[in-house]
Amino acid sequence: MAQEPTPAPDKIIPPHVSPDGEDLRLPPGSPLDQEATRRTRRSFIGLGLAGLAGVLGWRYLLNQPDADGTPAPFRRVLDANGRLSAAYFRETRLAPEFAKSRGVREVRTNGRAGLTSDIDLAAWRMVVQPYGGGAAQQFTLADIKALPRVEMTTQLKCIEGWSIIVNWAGTRFADFLAKYPLASRSGQPIRDVANPPADLAPYVSLVTPDEEYYVGLDMHSAIHPQTLLCYEINGQPLSLEHGAPLRLVTPLKYGIKHLKRIGTIAFVDARPADYWAEQGYDWDAGH
Amino acid sequence: MKKLVEKHPLAIRWFHWVNFPVLMLLIWSGLWIYWANDIYRIGWGNTTLYKFFPQSFYDMVHLDHKLAQGMAWHFLLMWVFFINGLLYVGYTLFSGEWRYLLPNRHSFREAWQVTLHDLGLRKTAPLVQKYNGAQRIAYTAVVLMGLGSLLTGLAIYKPTQFGWLTQTLGGYEAARVQHFVLTIGYVLFFVVHVAQVGRAGWNNFRSMVAGFEIEDVPAAGAASPRLAQREPDTKA
Repeated sequence: MAQEPTPAPDKIIPPHVSPDGEDLRLPPGSPLDQEATRRTRRSFIGLGLAGLAGVLGWRYLLNQPDADGTPAPFRRVLDANGRLSAAYFRETRLAPEFAKSRGVREVRTNGRAGLTSDIDLAAWRMVVQPYGGGAAQQFTLADIKALPRVEMTTQLKCIEGWSIIVNWAGTRFADFLAKYPLASRSGQPIRDVANPPADLAPYVSLVTPDEEYYVGLDMHSAIHPQTLLCYEINGQPLSLEHGAPLRLVTPLKYGIKHLKRIGTIAFVDARPADYWAEQGYDWDAGH
Repeated sequence: MKKLVEKHPLAIRWFHWVNFPVLMLLIWSGLWIYWANDIYRIGWGNTTLYKFFPQSFYDMVHLDHKLAQGMAWHFLLMWVFFINGLLYVGYTLFSGEWRYLLPNRHSFREAWQVTLHDLGLRKTAPLVQKYNGAQRIAYTAVVLMGLGSLLTGLAIYKPTQFGWLTQTLGGYEAARVQHFVLTIGYVLFFVVHVAQVGRAGWNNFRSMVAGFEIEDVPAAGAASPRLAQREPDTKA
């Protein structure tokens, strides 16, 4: 091994000094120095190339064509996450319910899409298009109120990140489909949510009367026991801003899916259009 | 006599350098998400010492109106963070590297000595193996924080399907706070970590890229101050 040079201690700052002042220079040109230089160079070039590949790869993903407001690869991951949570989903898992007294008095609203047109509440009908074709059927609010009334106090979670506890009342969507078997191709009613008819439609589409706001739901979430066709908040009929006369409530989904002022419901094979999913949000938006 | 001593196995270096940009982007996209409901602050009653975040911060880094994009990034990168973290923990367990990482009965006293030394209040640093007590505590804590971020994240991502988790953490709102606080924790960790890496110097930094460190190992028989004390099983 080459003899270490002995520099004047005051003049030369050792390049590899340890925090405690230890001189860690290798004898220049020594085999050890060459090995250190070679390994250092190789590793830093490797890290640099990996970093470059990462940056270029990420930019490539971001520059892919948009699929509903988000680059296609990101949309595919959102959809894959949705399929994964659908596979994990069980209708027996319930969103927590709270004492009625914990509900907020002033229920926050957010956005008026689908609510800006005039509405004649007396003339309102909910139009339902049966799965697999057939004539659309119309329902009055009285028809809905004739079904079993369910009250629940659950947390409404907005996709923005805030949440409020709200007391709702209405009828289970599943009870509606038990009475009116419109969601299965063979016209069978839903008697047991855990064992629905095999030919049930995979998706439900809900649209406001003016078709300005629309959401899609997977059937499992739609027939979950906490998914309501809701007509009351805090024991009072819905106000217009909360979606009178009838709205959807489901603590299985973010607030964006709680469509207000239901116009048309359809049972379909393909994933229905969804107002916010078209603007880059997750279609599933499920909890 | 000077030697090249192997310090960080290649796998650990990869996990480290994959995690760094991924966690950065997770924090960044997390800020885009947080912006949509930016209610947290340090303070009490009507007194606010610091609001997360001041408008000037948003203006400076253009964090506003990117909720959808933030969620799309976050819910992709969470997988990379999860898988990389899982591989890292698995590797440290199976390779025996955990022995250098987990705090032991000396670590807290050692961490105190290290702190005094780093503040210039103590002349010598304690003799340590690969990591000193302060590092053991910090690196183990940050891995646990990673687990905490995954769990609190899952609790706010699927609060009904993982309702048991959300309820265990104290509810949806509480889990969101915890997820945020952990993120602030990473930022603080990052500041200290980078400062310490800068202080420790090139030889130490290079070891996280190239794997080796230059050691001045005294002549046969005498103990090395640092790495040479490590058990021979790490000479891989």
